[in-house]
Amino acid sequence: MSSIQGLLVTVRTAKQGSAMVSSKHGELYSSEIKILRIHPDDLSAMGAKDGQAAMLTSQHGEVRITCKGADVPRGLFFLPLGPVANVLFSVTSTEESGVPNWKRLKVSLAPCDERPEPRNSGQGAD
Amino acid sequence: MTVHKNVVCTFCGCLCDDIEVEVEDNTIKSVKKACAIGKNKIMHAITEPPTPSVNGTKTSIDAAVTEAARILSKARNPLIYGLSSTTSEAQRELVEIAEITRGNLDNCSSYCHGPGVLARQQTGLVSCSLGEIKNRADLVIYWGCNPVESHMRHLSRYSLQPKGLYTPEGRKGRKVIAIDIRPTPTTKRADVFLQVSPGHTFEIASALRALIQGEPLEFPEGQDTVGDVPIDSWRKVADMIKGCKYGVLHFGLGVTQCRNSDINVEQVARLVQDANRHTRFYGVAMRGHGNVNGANQVMTWLTGYPLCVNFSKGYPRHNPGEYSTLPMLARKDIDAALIVATDPGAHLPKDAVDFLKTIPTIHLDPHRNLTTPWSSVVIPVAPVGVAATGTFYRMDNVPLRLKKLVDSPFPSDEEVLKTMKEKIVYAANS
Ligand code: SF4
Repeated sequence: MSSIQGLLVTVRTAKQGSAMVSSKHGELYSSEIKILRIHPDDLSAMGAKDGQAAMLTSQHGEVRITCKGADVPRGLFFLPLGPVANVLFSVTSTEESGVPNWKRLKVSLAPCDERPEPRNSGQGAD
Repeated sequence: MTVHKNVVCTFCGCLCDDIEVEVEDNTIKSVKKACAIGKNKIMHAITEPPTPSVNGTKTSIDAAVTEAARILSKARNPLIYGLSSTTSEAQRELVEIAEITRGNLDNCSSYCHGPGVLARQQTGLVSCSLGEIKNRADLVIYWGCNPVESHMRHLSRYSLQPKGLYTPEGRKGRKVIAIDIRPTPTTKRADVFLQVSPGHTFEIASALRALIQGEPLEFPEGQDTVGDVPIDSWRKVADMIKGCKYGVLHFGLGVTQCRNSDINVEQVARLVQDANRHTRFYGVAMRGHGNVNGANQVMTWLTGYPLCVNFSKGYPRHNPGEYSTLPMLARKDIDAALIVATDPGAHLPKDAVDFLKTIPTIHLDPHRNLTTPWSSVVIPVAPVGVAATGTFYRMDNVPLRLKKLVDSPFPSDEEVLKTMKEKIVYAANS
């Protein structure tokens, strides 16, 4: 297993939106906001499979997410907006615009040893 | 059982105003016609209210408002922000509170659609109403947006499927182009999908402008792509724009938050202007929160600026990057915060939240959320559009009046803020 580099893009997903307005303390919301959509070849390059738990790391922090193979370009990773993604961003890094790099943050991704909790797998909005 | 018809859903910038809600014994029993998000939003509108509290101790709303007024009266450089999911009447109160406390006033668009708002201040935007799109548009472009997941009824109600006065065939009579960095449920609904590489909005808009103006575009051998899409595909897009009767370009955060931020949207707005030399063509920003557009409108009427305003000299000054919420939190020169109708605990970078936890914060929200546990003063309010009325601005700048369907034990944002303002003025004069 090895780590790969890429750009993180934060997005709205249907599930994240509808879970958020029901309750931000619910299981549906907390599991959806840690699902990272990633190209299957990027998953293979890490030596990982669908549902793999991984650490996503930026210059500002790291978070544990669950990988989900999806029809996205190689090298781009998509994570729903929310407090999980927010650990990776910083107010000190907005290029004087006041807006963080929500759509193009440099990150690395490496599989974790722990197995993902079953409830986290296959909960994507696609 | 009472059935309320034509209720406005307040979640997203579509503000669908055809929702049906059944109410019995002051309880919402069912919601019809809304999308999955809108339905959940209305069904859960009065669930999980926070407890009024000061520094974690339960108190009355009146005592919480008094403490909030004390904090704001004492603060040397307060931040007042959020605004995007409350009524324009409450937003008006917030402008006054910012002025009398000589504080900073900002709304969520400053880290969201803000670059597009700034671009529109520079270039303007030839725009139209969603009703006109429904009745007239024969070319629809979605650029950097995915309404199937974020504005779920936009396609069915306004832009793609509906049959209108001059669009009797509905979807069949429309051509649809999607521009995005990945396939999405929205791009799957398009006739033409251009999958571009990230960070090229400015070049793409510039190339399309040149093509629409009839400029010859020459490329070195083997490099005839823009945004990794062959120029011939862009020629076809330019021809579709020039050849349509009534075209609309919807743009989302993929455009406003792309590399170069506001100048992307300036170039897109100029592209819309150029297209009008050939046909009727409009641009519409896919605004997210229900009344974030209203926040820009109200701040512009009252201060002259749509976001990022500072009142420390007693009159409004505007400087995005300096008076934007996030850089102010980065500089740590804010000494109190009034947060209304937004949840920084869920939506701001973690270091911003860590700093907010170190200063007195006042939070008004109908729900217990990720900001509630660490706010110094928590004030529950009636949810707008369900238990409080007021005005919201749709993404196309059309203001809609909200309905009140049930009674809430809590006052509205507007009522709380009026009282808070009066207490601040009283403290200043006594
Ligand atoms: S599309 Fe937006 S406004 Fe319409 S019902 Fe859904 S969430 Fe509400």
